[in-house]
Amino acid sequence: MPTDVENWKSEVYGSEIRDHLFEFAERGFDSIPDDERDAWFERFKWWGLYHQRNGQEGYFMMRIGTPNGVLEPGQLRVVGEIADEYARGPGTNPIFGDAYADFTTRQSIQLHWIELSDVPAIFEKLEANGLSTQQACGDSWRNIVGNPVAGKDAQEVIDAWPVIRDLNETFKGNDDHSNLPRKWKVSVTGSADGSGQGDINDLAFEPAYKEVDGEDVVGFNVRVGGGLSRNEPRLARDIDVWVSPERVSDVAGGLSALFRDNGDREDRYNARIKFLVDEWGAERVRETLQEEYVDFDLHTAGRDVREEYTYNTGAGERNDLIGIHDQKDGTNFVGLNVLVGRMGAEDVLELADVAEEYGSGEVRLSQRQNVIVTDVPDDAIDDLLDEPILEHYSPSPSPFMRGSVACTGTEYCSLSIVETKNRQVRYARWLKENVELPDDVDQFHIHLSGCTASCAQPQIADVSLRGMKTRKDGEPVEALDVGLGGGLGAEPQFARWVTQRVPADEVPGAIANLIDTFAAEREEGESFRAFVARHDDDELDAFVDPEETDYDDPMMHNTKRTWYPYAEDDSLDSAPPAPADD
Amino acid sequence: MTTRLRVLDDGAWISVDDHREVRVSELWRLDTDEFCGCDLADLVVENFQTVGVDGSTVEVRVYGQCIACGASGTTGWIPVGRIRDGSFAAIDRSAIRRPRPETNQ
Ligand code: HEM
Ligand code: SF4
Ligand SMILES: [Zn+2]
Repeated sequence: MPTDVENWKSEVYGSEIRDHLFEFAERGFDSIPDDERDAWFERFKWWGLYHQRNGQEGYFMMRIGTPNGVLEPGQLRVVGEIADEYARGPGTNPIFGDAYADFTTRQSIQLHWIELSDVPAIFEKLEANGLSTQQACGDSWRNIVGNPVAGKDAQEVIDAWPVIRDLNETFKGNDDHSNLPRKWKVSVTGSADGSGQGDINDLAFEPAYKEVDGEDVVGFNVRVGGGLSRNEPRLARDIDVWVSPERVSDVAGGLSALFRDNGDREDRYNARIKFLVDEWGAERVRETLQEEYVDFDLHTAGRDVREEYTYNTGAGERNDLIGIHDQKDGTNFVGLNVLVGRMGAEDVLELADVAEEYGSGEVRLSQRQNVIVTDVPDDAIDDLLDEPILEHYSPSPSPFMRGSVACTGTEYCSLSIVETKNRQVRYARWLKENVELPDDVDQFHIHLSGCTASCAQPQIADVSLRGMKTRKDGEPVEALDVGLGGGLGAEPQFARWVTQRVPADEVPGAIANLIDTFAAEREEGESFRAFVARHDDDELDAFVDPEETDYDDPMMHNTKRTWYPYAEDDSLDSAPPAPADD
Repeated sequence: MTTRLRVLDDGAWISVDDHREVRVSELWRLDTDEFCGCDLADLVVENFQTVGVDGSTVEVRVYGQCIACGASGTTGWIPVGRIRDGSFAAIDRSAIRRPRPETNQ
């Protein structure tokens, strides 16, 4: 039997949702019929609106999909202005204030506390400036990711940006692909650093060379069925296909149609294509694609450059894109660290000014929740580095700052088990003050996800943290499971969950002890990931060694049982009413 | 009048007549031998799998973990509330819950 969600989708889905959305916005939140709320909230996701959690009725998270994380000149300012004007609600965040934007692990932007009545005005402003929320959530083509500096990066094998733009234009608002069994996440990478993170996407295009008619041609190898969610992490599987840039769209459309027709619409938990690939195997995916979904002969896979991948690998150069790097046009891109991806609206506006003054006004977003100012000439670098805003959003941050990634957590998210972003900020600050890494280690990735959906991509970090509970002195407290040794690269590896249910206030002590052991017992020059790889789970569990320290955690109670964890009167009974129309 | 019961947002909550009534991230006390070896499982509710109704009792199967022993998995049918006169009344969160014995399988 199809699920309720499938039934709703078969009634109204895709582009047509917009008219209804605008009508509800016009007539007010209460005009959504009482017995259709679930259906409409599910559909609104397709237009990038996600109802915030219990206690925040009538407020929405809005996701803006920026393909490949590219914000053209002027667009960052638009985001800042919208955040400033509309992303304000009844709750004030003690670290980030009243209005802010979140840069996400899939190179998108999220705003919170959006009211339905403001949606038409926001859409108008976004669209007038070339931005959109279309398909940012929901069961269809999501924001396409890749190496954010595509087209500029001096290290790239092939410019993936025209390919991504073309896919975005072809598959956004495309009725044949707008109603898929589940989300469809695509990555297209043209650089040799692996920064598109194809391995953890539903569909990945990775740079590869193929001899075609006696000539070595650059194109892409294709992998299918990666993803991290629900305790079922999968790496995308090699389906032995190489495709030229001109035909990426045909292959991508073929695979999306294959998923549309064969994905499981009766069980949403089993719907992602990773499970179809489990069931069929890569070979059958390839055969079906060839026989039913493309009308030309597929090439076999070409020679890839996976050996050169460095991004999120835990060793070598370019684990992230922070710092100053060469562009192929002779200018530079400058990666700035945005701790846990959140930036106050005023800072967003200030950064937009800075990008205009020293670069072209363009900025780009990475999958490590950071921002990159592009097109900075050599002679402007020093002045850029002197800008006050770079003290906070640094191109050379502490390893604990640059290594931090965190999801949304109990502040807004229904699925969460624990508080995340603010906690990760507190962790990073404490670690920076209290823990020394060995001199030759300048990167250390700690990713915190509030639940198993894994929005913060914990399984590919040095230290993976995932929301849990435990009891401490008999009282329930927020806790984290600890995983170690994950990373991407030629030989990707998911973290091994070695220690369970560490009370959240003992996690910094645990990480400090772990790093002490690593520093004392590592072989010369050994990376943390390699160190983890040569120990078994019990040994690692012993190294983690949770401990209370002077780190103080104000959010140990059940933060989900509040309407907003940081409110003075945080009880659910004090939740604000759904916003009135104004 | 029939009651609309749904698991939504990837198992984050149970909707009863289009209202969010039961949520993940609670700790439930479970009296059962089927989930783990503890006398009383201390279950973190992570994901709702299915929701149903037995007479007037609303029941769910959840994926979760016992924080006393670490066992994780999916439970049997656990009561979460009752429908009375068309409206939902949740079971007190500190209540000890007993899964319904499986009769039809
Ligand atoms: C207001 C609530 C939520 C917020 C703010 C939120 C935030 C995010 C963010 C920032 C990402 C990465 C960016 C992206 O995918 O574009 C993400 C990804 C993801 N989200 Fe959420 N999320 C929310 C609710 C949910 C819910 C309810 C689900 C379950 C249906 C969910 C499941 C996921 C999964 C599975 C991923 C991707 C992990 C992977 O497979 O790689 N999120 N979410
Ligand atoms: S990982 Fe879980 S808690 Fe964090 S944003 Fe995603 S769904 Fe929410
Ligand atoms: Zn137990």
